[in-house]
Amino acid sequence: MFLLKLLLKNAFRHKLRAALTVTGIAIAILAFGMLRTVVDAWYVGVEASSATRLVTRNSISIIFPLPLSYNEKIRQVEGVKAVSYGSWFGGTYISEKNFIPAFAVEAKTYLRMFPELMLPPDQEEAFMADRKGCFVGQKIAKRFGWKIGDTITLKGNIYPGNWEFVLRGIYKGKYKSTPEDQFRFHWDYLNETLKKTVPRRADQIGFYMIEVKKPELAAPVAVKIDSMFKNSLAETITETEKAFQLGFIAMTEAIVMAIKMVSYVVIIIIMAVAANTMAMTARERIGEHAVLKTLGFGAPYIVLLVFGESLVVSAVGTFLGIILTYPAAGVFADKLGDWFPVFNVSQRTIYMDIAAGVVVGLTAAVFPSWRAVRLRIADGLRRIG
Amino acid sequence: MSILFFYSFRNLLTRRLTTALTAGGMALVVFVFASVLMLSEGLKKTLVDTGSYDNVVVIRKAAESEVQSGVERVQASIVESQPEIAMGKDGKLLLAKELVVLINLPKRGSDKPSNVEIRGAAEKSMALRPQVKLVEGRMFRTGSAEIIAGRGVAKRFKGAGLGETIRFGMRDWTVVGIFDAGNTGFNSEIWGDVDQMMQAFRRPVYSSVIFKLANPSDFDELKARIESDPRLSVDAKRETKYYADQSEMMAKFLRILGISLTAIFSLGAVIGAMITMYAAVSNRVSEIGTLRALGFQKGSIHAAFLMESLLLGFIGGCSGLFFASFLQFFTISTMNWQTFSELAFTFSLTPEIIWKSLVFSLVMGLVGGLLPAFRAANMNIIEALRTS
Repeated sequence: MFLLKLLLKNAFRHKLRAALTVTGIAIAILAFGMLRTVVDAWYVGVEASSATRLVTRNSISIIFPLPLSYNEKIRQVEGVKAVSYGSWFGGTYISEKNFIPAFAVEAKTYLRMFPELMLPPDQEEAFMADRKGCFVGQKIAKRFGWKIGDTITLKGNIYPGNWEFVLRGIYKGKYKSTPEDQFRFHWDYLNETLKKTVPRRADQIGFYMIEVKKPELAAPVAVKIDSMFKNSLAETITETEKAFQLGFIAMTEAIVMAIKMVSYVVIIIIMAVAANTMAMTARERIGEHAVLKTLGFGAPYIVLLVFGESLVVSAVGTFLGIILTYPAAGVFADKLGDWFPVFNVSQRTIYMDIAAGVVVGLTAAVFPSWRAVRLRIADGLRRIG
Repeated sequence: MSILFFYSFRNLLTRRLTTALTAGGMALVVFVFASVLMLSEGLKKTLVDTGSYDNVVVIRKAAESEVQSGVERVQASIVESQPEIAMGKDGKLLLAKELVVLINLPKRGSDKPSNVEIRGAAEKSMALRPQVKLVEGRMFRTGSAEIIAGRGVAKRFKGAGLGETIRFGMRDWTVVGIFDAGNTGFNSEIWGDVDQMMQAFRRPVYSSVIFKLANPSDFDELKARIESDPRLSVDAKRETKYYADQSEMMAKFLRILGISLTAIFSLGAVIGAMITMYAAVSNRVSEIGTLRALGFQKGSIHAAFLMESLLLGFIGGCSGLFFASFLQFFTISTMNWQTFSELAFTFSLTPEIIWKSLVFSLVMGLVGGLLPAFRAANMNIIEALRTS
C-alpha cells in the first residue's frame, strides 16, 4: 500500500510532464484502437459468414455469369439442403455518391438461408407478394430516410437504366456483425426486365448460394459441384462463404497490412515519448536513488520503483484512451459508413489496447532502471540538481 | 546570436538519449506523413500517366468502368464514323474497339487468387498508348491464342511470365511477349487479340471504343453529339478523366486515412517535443539565469529555446524523410473497389512532398517549443540564479 502511494506520488510529482505524457499515451492508444477497429471492420464479412453456406461462381472471375440451368443440377447433389441464387446489382441512389450495395436474389430460398436478416413476418409477406418489392437494412433506411411503401429509384451501372422498387421491409441484423446496409430485391424482376431490354443477358446468375446439411459436407459438396461443370462453357468455383469473403479481402491485403503496420508504428512513437519521460524522471531522481541505496534498499526495489511509476503513467493513459475510443468510433462510423457498414469496437481490441499500454509502460522503464541499478552511490550523491 | 545557437546545439548533443528519443518520435511521424503523401502521389501519378488527354474512351451509359460496360458492334461502328477521329500515318483511323474482362489468377508465391484485367486489343491499341512498349518477346499474332503480359502481371502472377501459359475460356494461352508501361495501370493488364477474346469469353459485345482526337479541343462537341445520339447509349470521357474517376474511392480513402493519421500522430509528437523542451528548460534554470545576468535579452533566450526545438524537429524531419525515401522501392498492389481489378502503384517522392514534410516537422518543433521557450524567457533572474 505504501509502495503504491509512493508510486502515485512519484508519477505525478511533475504535474505538467505527467499530464503531457498521459495525454500522449491516451492519444496513441486511441489511435491504435481505432486502427484495429478499421482492420476488424475489414473482416466483418468473414465473421458474418456461416459454416454451412457455400458460394458457387464462375471460375474465370466474379464478373462472368452462370446459366440458370445449374440450379436444378446443384440441387440434386447429395448433401445439399437448399440452393438460392442471385446477381450483384450495384447501383446508385439519386447521385453517384450514394452507392447502394444491392443484390437481386431468389427471395424465397434466400430468406430461409439467411435467418440473420430478421424481417418481420408481415413485411416478408408483403415483399414476397410484390415483384417490384425490395427490403433493406435498417441502417441504410435510416441514412436515406426510407419508409415502408416508399418508391425507390436506383440507377444501375451494371444493368443500365432507372430501376423502380417499392420498399416492403426493413430488416434488423441478428448479430452485431451482420451488415445492416444491404439492399435486396427479386431476381425475377431483374430477369423479366432483361428479357425485354437485353435478352442476351437474361437467365443468367451471378452466384449460387448453397446450404449444406452439415458443415463437414461443405468440402465434398464443393468438389462434387465443380467436377459436375468441369469442361463446360461455364466452369465453376465453389468455396465456403468464409473463403469467398477472405478471397475478397486478400485482394486488398496490402491496405490491411499497411493499417496494421501503422497501428504498431503509433505504439512505437508513444514508446519513444514515454521512454523519454522516464529517462528524464530517472535522471532527476539520481540523487534520491542514491539515498535509497545508501539506506539499504536493494536494486530490485529501485527497479520496482521505476517500473511501477512508468506503469502507473501508462495505465492512466491507456484507461483514458480506451474510454475515448468509444465516442471516436461512433463519429468514425458515421463518417465512413460508405466503406464500413459495421464499425464496432470489439473486446479483442480493448485487450490489445491494454497489452499495448503495458508494453509501453514496461519498455519505457527498461533503460532508466538499468541506469539506476548501475548507479554508484558516491556518484549519485555527489551529483547536484 | 551564434553563441546561443551553439548553446542550443551543444545541449542537444549533451543529452543524447532524450534528443534521440524525441527526434525519433518525430521522425516516425514524419515518416508516416511522408509515406501517406507518397502513396497518394504514386496513385495519382499512375492514373495520370495511364490516360492521355487526347484520347477518348466510349463506354456504355452509366457504366463506371470498361469491365461493366458493353458496346454493341453496331454502336461501335457508329462511333467509328465520327469525323473528329485522328488518322494514323498509314491512313487508318487511330481507334481501337476493345474488350476488357477480369480473370482470376493465382499470385506467385502465395497462390492467392486476385483479379487481373485482360484486354482484347486491336491493331491500333498499342499506337493509342505510346507509354506501352514491348520489352521482351514479340507482339501476339492476330487470330492466335497468344497474349502479352504487362511487366507487373508477369512478375506477380503464376503463368504470366514469358513462355508460360494461362488457361481460361477453355483454351491455353501462351505468353509471347512482355510489355512495360512505366508507372501506368496497363502494367497490371494482359493483352490479346480482341476477336479471340470475344470468342473465348462468349461476349458478343465490345467493352469500350478508344480513339484519338485529331484536334483535342473538339472533345466537347463530339461528346455532346455522341451522348445525344438516340442510336447510342454511351458516355464519352477523356481517358485521363476516365482513369481518375475509377480510383476516386481509393484516392478518397487514402486521403481520409492520411489526414486522420497525421493529425493524431502529430499530436503525439508535439506532446513529446513539449515534454523534452519543458525538461530542457527546467534543467537549465540557473544557466538561463546566468545568461540573462550576462545581458542576453528575453527575446534571445526565447529564440535560443525555439531554435533548439526547431533543430529537434529538423533532425526528426530529415531522418523521417531519409527512411521514407526507401519506400520508393516498394510497389503496393491492391484491389480497386470500383473495378474489382488489381491496381499496382508505387510510393513516389516529389520535391513538394520533401518540403511539405520538412515544414511539417518544423511546425511540430515550433509548436512543441513555443510554451517552454516562453517560460524560459520570462524567468525571474534573481530566482533563477538562486536555484542550483
